[in-house]
Amino acid sequence: MSASASQFKRDAARLTADLRHRALIQTALGNYEIKRDEKKALFQDYDGARQLAAEIKWEAINRLDRHLEQFVRELETRGTKVHWATTARQACDIIVGIARSRRARSIVKSKAMTAEEIHLNAALEQAGFEVVESDLGEFIVQLRDEPPYHIVFPAMHLTRGEIQRTFKDKLHDAPSDNPEALTMVARRVLRQKYVQADIGLTGANFAVAETGMISVTENEGNARLTAALPKTMITLLGIEKIVPRLDDLALLLPMLATVGAGQLISGYNTLYGGPRQPGESDGPEEFHVVLLDNNRTALLANAEQRDALHCIRCGSCLNVCPIYRHVGGHSYATTYPGPIGGVITPNLRGLQDWKHLSYSSSLCGACTEACPVKIDLAHHLLQNRRNASRRKPIWWQKIAFKLFAPVANGRIPWMLVTKGGRFGQRFHGLIKGTRIDPAYCWTRTRDVPRIAKQSFKEWWRETRK
Amino acid sequence: MNEREHILARIREALTISAPVPGSHDGRPRRNGLPTSADQRRVLPAVGDSFDARASLFARNAADLHAEFKLLANPCDLAAELKRLAAAEQWDRVASHRGALTDPACAALGLPVLLTDEPYDKTELERCPAGLCACDALVAQTGSVLVTSRSAGGRALSVLPPHHVVLARRDQLVADLPEAFALLRSKYGADYPSMISLITGPSRTGDIERIIVLGAHGPRQLTILCF
Repeated sequence: MSASASQFKRDAARLTADLRHRALIQTALGNYEIKRDEKKALFQDYDGARQLAAEIKWEAINRLDRHLEQFVRELETRGTKVHWATTARQACDIIVGIARSRRARSIVKSKAMTAEEIHLNAALEQAGFEVVESDLGEFIVQLRDEPPYHIVFPAMHLTRGEIQRTFKDKLHDAPSDNPEALTMVARRVLRQKYVQADIGLTGANFAVAETGMISVTENEGNARLTAALPKTMITLLGIEKIVPRLDDLALLLPMLATVGAGQLISGYNTLYGGPRQPGESDGPEEFHVVLLDNNRTALLANAEQRDALHCIRCGSCLNVCPIYRHVGGHSYATTYPGPIGGVITPNLRGLQDWKHLSYSSSLCGACTEACPVKIDLAHHLLQNRRNASRRKPIWWQKIAFKLFAPVANGRIPWMLVTKGGRFGQRFHGLIKGTRIDPAYCWTRTRDVPRIAKQSFKEWWRETRK
Repeated sequence: MNEREHILARIREALTISAPVPGSHDGRPRRNGLPTSADQRRVLPAVGDSFDARASLFARNAADLHAEFKLLANPCDLAAELKRLAAAEQWDRVASHRGALTDPACAALGLPVLLTDEPYDKTELERCPAGLCACDALVAQTGSVLVTSRSAGGRALSVLPPHHVVLARRDQLVADLPEAFALLRSKYGADYPSMISLITGPSRTGDIERIIVLGAHGPRQLTILCF
């Protein structure tokens, strides 16, 4: 078992037994479900909308080369500097390089999962820059030196009391545990940072090929300020963020908000097509766009799972996943947790080291149903399992199935096993769930179903008499 | 080869194998080309046809979002409404930009005005109690205000002051998002402003226990005056 797999098992077991954590997550996500369903009901044909969204992203991804070239051409025409990065290291170096050449001191950043993916904050801090997260949730987890718990709600796992303590320790300012008061503390601290910052760093939710614009979705206005006040703006995005046309956003923006946060549309949906243009009085003098591959092209080459690149990072598959809701966002120890993480992480970071995430699913299919762009997540999890065991078979599983196959295929061995099992089960209660139970790893936390009194065949023969 | 060429080459190599089209497994033929605005309108939330239906939908959405929406009878009411706001919140100055709607409004207020469509000091703007701006459209479907860096006094005016006041003419109320994007295309298609923003409600966060708090970073209040 890889180190990441054993860590996942340990953390998942601990958090699943933590009833306080579970209650917190269930309440938060229960409220989310009510809001999401209200907004879904407003659509005239929500399922039709999913199909259209899937078609838009299919077009974008399956003609990615053309759309990317157009996106870059349009951006460059209007004075934006575009950079390409194959690896995380390259992307960090590009951004550190820009910060150095501008003699920047402080950098204000709005939420970007891509930046988490390449560990950009660590790279910038190591190079001597101060990086301040401006999204409230990200700001809180940054103060606590934690990774985000969820790709949309980074501080979902914290109570107001915990946040108050964090503010008291790190900011020496926390008048009460009232969410409004705490938000106002963050507002005061961050306002200063915006005005002082030399560089504003953002992610992007979409990249419009037709007009050469990035689209940023948020509710707080922090990305708007990040893109308005500092002299230099840098946007880091994965190459899969492309959509072909401006009009596609008329569908994708409300879908992202509906399943992402239970809103019909997010508070601020903003398109940036360049630095300050002639005749404009504010905005950055320079605009840099960094396009990141980081193994996305490897996932693109996997035609069976290519649609995983359609993902718009709404987080809805996390929210409905029974596993995510028990083990929590940190157990996965990866940038993208939940079902989408279970699909893409083994593709992006190595199948054998991360295949356990593809097994951390009950295959109930809730994720597939929740996905607004119709990614077939449940099947992709299965395909990862198939690929992993095909490339590196596990010896005891091979033996187990070799033994199981003749038993399941033969009438007499099957009859003996079921009859024996029925007899043996009578005494199972004596040792069930204890260390000497041969089925301990199952019965430790689960019930065992009773073997039926008679087989279907026996029942059939009896009723036809 | 540079990184750009490397990445594009890998993409082209990957795309030599084609991937199944979404929804094709059940034998349904795929449409020709991308979804049109008509396709989008069939699935998006419904919007009424008349001005009254759209205005009342906008008002309902605004109320849900804790934004203030006022449909005024005439431009004289606008001046009175602004003076009422200024008195109630004790504005000592406002930030705004030049324009056919904002010029008379600022004149009627009779307060010192910081203009953001010429070089300005951002710390001064941060101290203004209110930002007054025009817009490109109001979107009934979502209760959104469409602004750009060219039509609404730059990038910061609509997010930095704590109270954001939007002025709009009745004919700027559009039905839905497809219409808003079509308007952008026809108005700016040849030369888009560097920032285009769809603002829906005042700034908000739910990051602490998923409880909505207004005024996270941007304005605590959003007032939309339509006449």
